[in-house]
Amino acid sequence: MSDIASRVKAIIVEKLGVDESEVTPEASFTNDLGADSLDTVELIMEFEKEFNVAIPDDQAETIGTVGQAITYLEKNVK
Amino acid sequence: MELKRVVVTGLGALTPIGNTVPEYWDNLINGVSGAAPITRYDTTLFKTKFACEVKNFNPEDFMDKKEARKLDPFVHFALAATDEGVKDAGLDFEKLDTNRIGVIWGSGIGGLKTFFDEVVNFAKGDGTPRFNPFFIPKMILDIAPGHISIKYGLRGPNFSTVSACASSTNALIDSFNYLRLGMADVIVSGGSEAIINEAGMGGFNAMHALSTRNDDPTTASRPFDKDRDGFVAGEGAGCIILEELEHAKARGAKIYAEIVGGGMSADANHITAPHPEGLGAKLVMTNALRDAGLTTSDIDYINVHGTSTPLGDISESKAIIALFAENAYKLNISSTKSMTGHLLGAAGAVEAIAAILAVKNDIIPPTINHFTDDPDVDPKLNLTFNKAQKRVVRAALSNTFGFGGHNASVIFKKYQE
Repeated sequence: MSDIASRVKAIIVEKLGVDESEVTPEASFTNDLGADSLDTVELIMEFEKEFNVAIPDDQAETIGTVGQAITYLEKNVK
Repeated sequence: MELKRVVVTGLGALTPIGNTVPEYWDNLINGVSGAAPITRYDTTLFKTKFACEVKNFNPEDFMDKKEARKLDPFVHFALAATDEGVKDAGLDFEKLDTNRIGVIWGSGIGGLKTFFDEVVNFAKGDGTPRFNPFFIPKMILDIAPGHISIKYGLRGPNFSTVSACASSTNALIDSFNYLRLGMADVIVSGGSEAIINEAGMGGFNAMHALSTRNDDPTTASRPFDKDRDGFVAGEGAGCIILEELEHAKARGAKIYAEIVGGGMSADANHITAPHPEGLGAKLVMTNALRDAGLTTSDIDYINVHGTSTPLGDISESKAIIALFAENAYKLNISSTKSMTGHLLGAAGAVEAIAAILAVKNDIIPPTINHFTDDPDVDPKLNLTFNKAQKRVVRAALSNTFGFGGHNASVIFKKYQE
């Protein structure tokens, strides 16, 4: 697992209070991990802070699963 | 339209001198102070370095970690006290019509810590507004009754009352009114406050409202003592389950006392100072007695606002004498803030619990820390100094006065068929 992937998972475990085993690449924040719309906004903000990137709103809307978050960050984090 | 009778069927308390009602009452009648050096933040640069904090409290005993993180401490306190109150009342929401069960909850300020933390975070940045999405729903004062309703599925009347230190008394009066009008069967009422943080203490310090007796915190809250020098900040929550009498009887609920009157008034004088002659205080007690259909000779105990400030204690004692006349000297009077500190928006709730238990148990909790008589306080008043007193308490009145000149009083009476 990449460094980015493990940091993303750690944030999700912390913020959503879920078990690490549930945080699979296919897991959807809202459908599988119990996040509501505010949780999702908070997650994106945490990713921005952790990786020092700005994720524009139109991009943020495309990030709905653990895998999508990891892929986006691997592509955009320098 | 005939008004219905309303009774108290459950109590919950999270206070600086006890995290449950039995522990709170035990420490009240034993004269225990909840004051100690502040543990929540570094007080080095602050004028006041002590307060009455809630101790040994872990919000995760009442909710999961994820939930706890999204709630301000004033809501943690609210959910903890409500947990005890609901269990104590034996309310089984599966079997009751939850459309007729409401929550009316007071707080003076609401999520001050949340507001402070978010603004500090913003100020440290480059001006980009990176506010947490939970900032507003975590801070707003009415989120406390919101969370209580969500936790238990209560769909009746639901809102907050705000009148500074009278807030939760206003919540009790509103609850009483809706219940006696038949607009609900049960209302989970009370209040919570959590202002022991840099902004809260710094703000009250700037007003010169707080005691600065840093060398002796446990004797700092000394209402009616000549050397009182301001109030001692407290925090916590009180929950009072109010229920329409027939509804309570039908489910075989235990009854602590009957709520028989509520009074409200305004000083219309100054934003923070009490009226020097206590006109608003006299009027609010007059209104409460009239609402209850009682006279001054029917009251055996007044749990006073008595914050231990130089002006407030004098004007309240003058108001009692002006209204009660000779009966003022037959009463027991006490300020339980001498032990709990001032819980601000939660004061009305935790002090109503003290009044309710005084009525139920026939014991008056004391005004502790009395050392020197104040020549401006009539020595014939029985202020229940230093030690609890036993007496039959037919009815008790609880006073609360808030910045802004808001006054609210409630009266509890022994329940009789």
